[in-house]
Amino acid sequence: MSRFSNAFSQTRAALVCFITAGDGDTAANLDALVAGGADVIELGMPFTDPMADGPAIQQANLRSLGKGTTTRDVLLIANEFRARHPNVPLVLMGYANPMIARGAEWFAAEAKGCGVDGVICVDIPPEEDPDLGPALRAQGIDLIRLATPTTDQARLPAVLNGSGGFVYYVSVAGITGKQQAAQASIEDAVARLKAATDLPIAVGFGVRTPEQAGAIAKVADGVVVGSALVDIVAEHGTKAPEKLRELTSELAQAVHNAR
Amino acid sequence: METKPNTFRNQPDDRGHFGQFGGRYVAETLMPLILDLEQAYKTAKADPAFKAEFDDLMEHYVGRPSPLYFAERLTEALGGAQIWFKREELNHTGAHKINNCIGQILLAIRMGKTKIIAETGAGQHGVATATVCARFGLPCTIFMGATDVERQKPNVFRMKLLGAEVIPVTSGAATLKDAMNEALRHWVANVEDTFYIIGTAAGPHPYPELVRDFQSVIGKEARAQLLSRTGKLPDLLLAAVGGGSNAIGLFHPFLDDPDVEMIGVEAAGHGIESGQHAASLSGGVPGVLHGNKTYLLQDDDGQITEAHSISAGLDYPGIGPEHSWLHEIGRVKYMPITDDEALEAFQLTCRLEGIIPALESAHALAALPQLAKQYRDDQIILVNVSGRGDKDIFTVADALGVEM
Repeated sequence: MSRFSNAFSQTRAALVCFITAGDGDTAANLDALVAGGADVIELGMPFTDPMADGPAIQQANLRSLGKGTTTRDVLLIANEFRARHPNVPLVLMGYANPMIARGAEWFAAEAKGCGVDGVICVDIPPEEDPDLGPALRAQGIDLIRLATPTTDQARLPAVLNGSGGFVYYVSVAGITGKQQAAQASIEDAVARLKAATDLPIAVGFGVRTPEQAGAIAKVADGVVVGSALVDIVAEHGTKAPEKLRELTSELAQAVHNAR
Repeated sequence: METKPNTFRNQPDDRGHFGQFGGRYVAETLMPLILDLEQAYKTAKADPAFKAEFDDLMEHYVGRPSPLYFAERLTEALGGAQIWFKREELNHTGAHKINNCIGQILLAIRMGKTKIIAETGAGQHGVATATVCARFGLPCTIFMGATDVERQKPNVFRMKLLGAEVIPVTSGAATLKDAMNEALRHWVANVEDTFYIIGTAAGPHPYPELVRDFQSVIGKEARAQLLSRTGKLPDLLLAAVGGGSNAIGLFHPFLDDPDVEMIGVEAAGHGIESGQHAASLSGGVPGVLHGNKTYLLQDDDGQITEAHSISAGLDYPGIGPEHSWLHEIGRVKYMPITDDEALEAFQLTCRLEGIIPALESAHALAALPQLAKQYRDDQIILVNVSGRGDKDIFTVADALGVEM
């Protein structure tokens, strides 16, 4: 059983939590997410030009890079997380250029060495994936693809082909942390995706509160929360772990008890 | 079946690749739209009515063909090759940018899009986009780095006069790269009704191809004009390269003429060795940014580094993917020119030819002193004077220590 299949059990939805590596005391913040009840961790790899992110995660990227965070540092954070939490699935999420700068094979091998389970790359669509996807799969790492409201039926098979771990449904056509999708549109989309794949469906973008998360958890296999957590890191500095744990446990309760 | 061996003019492939460069590295939300755009462009390209409307606007609105001009005094002063100018600075709005904007807005209208967005650095592409939006009655939003808004006030006011909304972008260094990030963010949230007019031959496929095609009017005209005036093809083409739209527009129609050499001039800022430059080919390595794979200024971790050039239009850490390909296969050579060299050429062209060139174009002109004398006086160097320099007089005055 992979760590993903444990996390996405049949009986309850999973809480997927995102924070940016190198923004604040990342190790302590990650531990707080796990302690609060996060089922899957997405660790953001900072990039100078986060084109798909709203202000919260943009600022987190710049704060991290401003402190001098390197790819080596991100991998070290992942490696230490894996040592502390042997069973929690860990996903690296970011943009193509830092992942391919030393070659996709280098990145895949390093990620494997650090116990990473999956990778989400925002700006490599299936059409441009002769390198990263195969390199990751060769290491046994899942490439988690994004499906969006604009992904139509004709295109969906291409998106799902080669996708592993879970499918990340981006519930709004837009950037992270901004508007929230209507519940009905999420329900339709999840049904459509479930008809096309056996992979778990996690829904994200614009999910900030336990109420929203709970509603989505009624229909989806997972709920992704990012910007709301990143905002806490920005606001609370050294006090962030305590606040992260509070919000995460509220989110986890809502998500785990939704059905 | 027609075969075209050894052609340099059949790129990109059907997936938008120029060799290993180009492509469509965009978020999934944009991907279906990019595919729609590709289809719409294919259809338009095959439609004589589209070409007729484009040509008509080129002639009567833009003022084409732009003149081909023998720069007699510059030729005399430098010695060696005859120097000719392609006078793109005489176009409506004062630069080559309008050629592309006309093409793209016609495409937007065909696709039924009702809103236009664009990014701009110096403001030239913003002004050209605002111009075509006014002409066709479409609402226009321009994303411009807050730093550039501050240093390009006249162009900001021009865009506003033309009815555009100018949104200052404060992220990153608040320049062209950040404006493009923000335009992409806006686009991703408004894909249904919004068309993004990208200003240079870069971005996800099909932009590099369609921008090149619209700008190729420059090279096609120049080729016919020079043949008719001199009976010869040029020996060397020179053009400045930021994203590279004016250069690819001049070069592309000549790529299969084996005796025509081409040099793209990159902005070397304070010098390549200073680290403060915008020369992606001379000082960068391949990577992925803004939807395409191309040469980029970046560190070992793939983080994009800030570009520097005195010319805001060249102040970008990437370059169009077709230039990356032409560089790698060696068909076009690329050379760096510093801020100081460009400033010298700017003044020389003012004094000897009575033409105030854009600082971008001054980079191409600055390569002439070293190149002209390597050629005989019956040989021809054709320079693309891509824009006029009225917008740059404050920057130049500042650099020369002149109080205005």
